[in-house]
Amino acid sequence: MNATSIPLHRSSARIGLSLFGLFVLLVLWSLGIHVLGKSMPLAGALSPGDTFHSLYDLLARNELTRHTLTSLKRVMVSLLAALALGVPIGVAVGSSRALDSGTSGAFQFLRMISPLSWMPIAVMIFGIGDSPIYFLLTITAVWPIILNTSAGVRQLNPRWLLLARSLSATRGEILWRIVVPGILGHVLTGVRVAIGMIWILLIPCEMLGVSSGLGYFILDTRDRLAYSELMAAIVLIGALGFLLDALAQRLHRHWVPAGTD
Amino acid sequence: MSKPTTMLHPAVLEASHIALSYGHAGRATNVVLRDFSLQLKAGEVVAVLGPSGVGKSSLLRVLAGLQTPDNGGVRVHGESLRGPHPRVGLVFQDPCLLPWLTLEQNVGFGLDFRHQPVLDAKTRRERVRDAITEVDLQHALGHYPSELSGGMAQRVALARCLARQPEILLLDEPFSALDEITRGDMQTLLQQITARHKTAAVLVTHDIDEALVLADRIVLLGGQPGGLIGEWRIEQPHPRDAVAAELTRVRVEIVQALREARRAGSPPAELQRAVA
Repeated sequence: MNATSIPLHRSSARIGLSLFGLFVLLVLWSLGIHVLGKSMPLAGALSPGDTFHSLYDLLARNELTRHTLTSLKRVMVSLLAALALGVPIGVAVGSSRALDSGTSGAFQFLRMISPLSWMPIAVMIFGIGDSPIYFLLTITAVWPIILNTSAGVRQLNPRWLLLARSLSATRGEILWRIVVPGILGHVLTGVRVAIGMIWILLIPCEMLGVSSGLGYFILDTRDRLAYSELMAAIVLIGALGFLLDALAQRLHRHWVPAGTD
Repeated sequence: MSKPTTMLHPAVLEASHIALSYGHAGRATNVVLRDFSLQLKAGEVVAVLGPSGVGKSSLLRVLAGLQTPDNGGVRVHGESLRGPHPRVGLVFQDPCLLPWLTLEQNVGFGLDFRHQPVLDAKTRRERVRDAITEVDLQHALGHYPSELSGGMAQRVALARCLARQPEILLLDEPFSALDEITRGDMQTLLQQITARHKTAAVLVTHDIDEALVLADRIVLLGGQPGGLIGEWRIEQPHPRDAVAAELTRVRVEIVQALREARRAGSPPAELQRAVA
């Protein structure tokens, strides 16, 4: 709603500036390769030209599709698992002061541990394959969802609940008609943060004894000494992350009318 | 001075011997209301006037079935009230609109709740549209609450109540947050609506003029703990002017009753301000 009200010239100026920033990045990349190339002959393979050429080839030969889809599937499954765990926990923590006080220390403690530290334990428990990846990504994503959901519950206007009661709402009706829509904006903010964190962590997780995914592909290109393909994968990872974040932003704007949070 | 009410028609709402107190952990309980009774006839508008802290809003919650009194009880059409009644509509001081719903959805909110009378989709849509037309907001159906002014939002809150065709409206200082002009318009609107549908209403307010302009009867709460300290029947036809001679006389009596109550111990600061 508010997005459409931004004047056209302002939004096109923003896009223009953003494109200019990407162009500067490209120039810096070329310069870096140029400097590096003097001491390291292999650096040429990392140049923007070779990278985009490889990216085009890989996409044209459909070689990245399987890895990309696998990675996206891992993102989605972990995100759904984090939502299934995080939203109920967040609602419980947000509605009970005692539970909030009781858990805040433990949550802050657990949240500050890099999920990668659990990697050896995850492999020990879940073995090799998709399971430890789902586990690591889920515990990464669950914190922003819990924290945002509980913040959302705390900002619910007590008068909305009184209104629902005055209309003889059942507990279920209060949950589905007041609590869920009332916290949706906060949950979607949590989802956006979670997607960013999952995407960053996904690549090292996929270097963990699996045979597909973009993280695996990076290791594979290293082993094949295909450096321009390695750079192509890096560019693709950045672009997909950018798109995922844009999608999360879109969802927020679509589902949450202006002025709701 | 105060005229006792005689009961000619059976009461639609009857509160008898209501006593209400709040307990504080480790402290003595704070008694807000003692032995208060009220009978509301069909189509009658009663204003409950009194200084803040005298238990007006608590009384309204009891009448709405949202709070159980320590003593006494409420009957709607002779039946004991246990929880909110579908034919009793409540309007709060703040419009309390749900920001994720459009104006139209806000008005229809709750009509399909399980404990509400079952309506088919067509009737439901008509009820919502009629209520919106009644408060003259048919041009803004798709607007969200963030796009509405304070007066418009309060009209939506009123329409949300009207959509369930209430027999009794309970209004808790509904216009006190609005500016002078808007408040006047809202008072006129409320008067027209209660007259047109013969809706009974209990209007809690601390604005003497509002009570004088709208009510068929004014009950004055005062004292510590709060109780009935005066009652007036206003027979002036509508539309009324708060500065009319007859109303001015009642107003002076109300202020006097409040002064006496204050001498007896409670400070009605707000009413003093309203008079000055």
